[in-house]
Amino acid sequence: MTQDADILIVGGGLNGPALALALAQGGLSVAVVDARPAQSRAEERFDGRAYALALASVRVLQALGLWSGLRAKAQPIHGIRASQGHAGQGPSPLMLGFDSSEIEEGVMGQMIEDRHLYAAFLDAMQAADGVTLHSGARVVAQETGPQGASLTLADGRVLRGRMIVGCDGRDSATAQRAGIKRWGWDYGQTGLVCAISHERPHEGIAHQFFMPPGPLAILPLPGNRSSIVWSEKHATAEAIGRLTEAEYLEVLRPRFGDFLGEIALEGQRFAYPLRLTVAESFVAERLALVGDAAHGVHPIAGQGLNLGLRDVAALAEVLIEAQRRGEDIAAIDVLERYQEWRRFDVVRMALGMDGVNRLFSNGNPVMELIRGLGLGAVNAVPQLRRYFIREAAGLNAAEPKLMQGERV
Amino acid sequence: MSSTIDPAEVAKFETMAADWWDPHGKFKPLHMLNPCRLDYITTQIAAEFGRDLSKPRPFEGLRLLDIGCGGGLLSEPMARLGAEVIGADAAERNIPVAQVHAQQSGLEIDYRHTTAEDLAAAGERFDVVLNMEVVEHVADPLAYLTACHDLLKTGGLMICSTLNRNPKSYAMAIFGAEVVMRWLPKGTHDWSKFITPDELYQLIRDAGLDPVDRKGMVFNPVFWRWSLSERDLSVNYVTASIRRD
Repeated sequence: MTQDADILIVGGGLNGPALALALAQGGLSVAVVDARPAQSRAEERFDGRAYALALASVRVLQALGLWSGLRAKAQPIHGIRASQGHAGQGPSPLMLGFDSSEIEEGVMGQMIEDRHLYAAFLDAMQAADGVTLHSGARVVAQETGPQGASLTLADGRVLRGRMIVGCDGRDSATAQRAGIKRWGWDYGQTGLVCAISHERPHEGIAHQFFMPPGPLAILPLPGNRSSIVWSEKHATAEAIGRLTEAEYLEVLRPRFGDFLGEIALEGQRFAYPLRLTVAESFVAERLALVGDAAHGVHPIAGQGLNLGLRDVAALAEVLIEAQRRGEDIAAIDVLERYQEWRRFDVVRMALGMDGVNRLFSNGNPVMELIRGLGLGAVNAVPQLRRYFIREAAGLNAAEPKLMQGERV
Repeated sequence: MSSTIDPAEVAKFETMAADWWDPHGKFKPLHMLNPCRLDYITTQIAAEFGRDLSKPRPFEGLRLLDIGCGGGLLSEPMARLGAEVIGADAAERNIPVAQVHAQQSGLEIDYRHTTAEDLAAAGERFDVVLNMEVVEHVADPLAYLTACHDLLKTGGLMICSTLNRNPKSYAMAIFGAEVVMRWLPKGTHDWSKFITPDELYQLIRDAGLDPVDRKGMVFNPVFWRWSLSERDLSVNYVTASIRRD
């Protein structure tokens, strides 16, 4: 059987290209099938989307050789402030503060805009030996068997390889075609994302306000700009979605007070219904799921992409090591090593993040008192604080090599 | 077929030769141990013959013999890495099983129903001889290791793994693996035939080979996987030896 590539990746978002580059670095050949045309995803204009990269994720980008080109375009996060608040009152006095000086690793993370990150991936894929990008191509069928796997594209082409990796998001068609079921629930909330410019500098501090309708995060971007992530009940979010820009800003302003001065919208507004969705299995015959295709978590702390890159690093390491041992890289016992490595971490993170969100999304005054005590307690115990900081920076789980900034 | 293999031992394995390749089946313990064994084998071969494991087919040009190849759990990876592989097994039933699977994997492997002694007598010579979990099953270990020596070209490498003989190995390999976990059928191993690392080094030297490395293979019950250990050779261990003459 002639083969187009060792690994067939479905999905050209961020995890797909990251995995392709990591595998190619390890000597495996990769075909990436991306439904969207390449140029539409590499637009120079800022569309308002940005990511909070945990330190470990930055290391992955370093190991893939992308970070040197991205560093100047990123905003380091020097600290995180978390507090409770009521809509209309702005944040209550500081309850919980994390500072990068408390962990040895320096900055806690980096903010990077989607346009810069994606463009870097696109350039690197074009330059990499062993990566073929099929842009504007849609997968209509997939097949796996004891000897290999294949993808059929909408234009009739068939790509053959040793296995398929689904990096196609939380509604992963790859997982559906493989008959992998999902569990999870709807949070009854919609995540609202936008970018703003503001009068005063943010000093590289990220803010997280726990409000009764849901958490709101202000994440610093280069210059006097910030990325805003907040959540509202579906109905409220829909109403907010219909507002004009001026009205939208009127709703946003009281939610975080005036510490950044006057604000204005930059780029588009985005709305994502918040659902927790975890695939019942991350692997099947000659198939693996990565990122949101395996697990879509509540984006409360920007953990979606960070968890995805952790999957990328783990799967790349498992496959490259198997290749170097001479194993069949797509044998089920090889793929199960990836699943075992990632599943516990993902479920813990999904449930942990969910717990934090539920704890803080409640208008009950008694709950509020407990929340206050809970936050106060975390603030008072140094070990717990360090644990939370390291967790937010992604430094606590067993690390794949790429997550330590090392090539496999 | 002249053989040093104890016929009673061969019979035991013949009863186990059916589903070699199911990682959750009868041979699950071997599948679990395999990545650890392969890590050792590939690293030793790469070091001895100056090969780069990050390159495609790094073992191209090496002639390799896998003694006691069973279903081909080691032969197939070696062929995938580019070696010319001869898989030998004294249990006739294993040969067609291994052949069918190699074909499914698209690999060319020469599987033969034969023994190390017969191959040596026929004048076959190899760059690498894999001698994994075999020596504890043979009737005369020194005669067997001498045949392994004869099978190597000058500068050739033998990888030999076996089980240590002490109370812990009895508890783990016999009581643990056969009785409690039922990973292996009862009677798979005869503890009195287990060999200590020092005894094995002496046997290897007596057979005319130069032992150069030994490491433990340790099962971690928390992570449920095997890993190599510099110090802990108390149960499973693996050695590398060179033919100098």
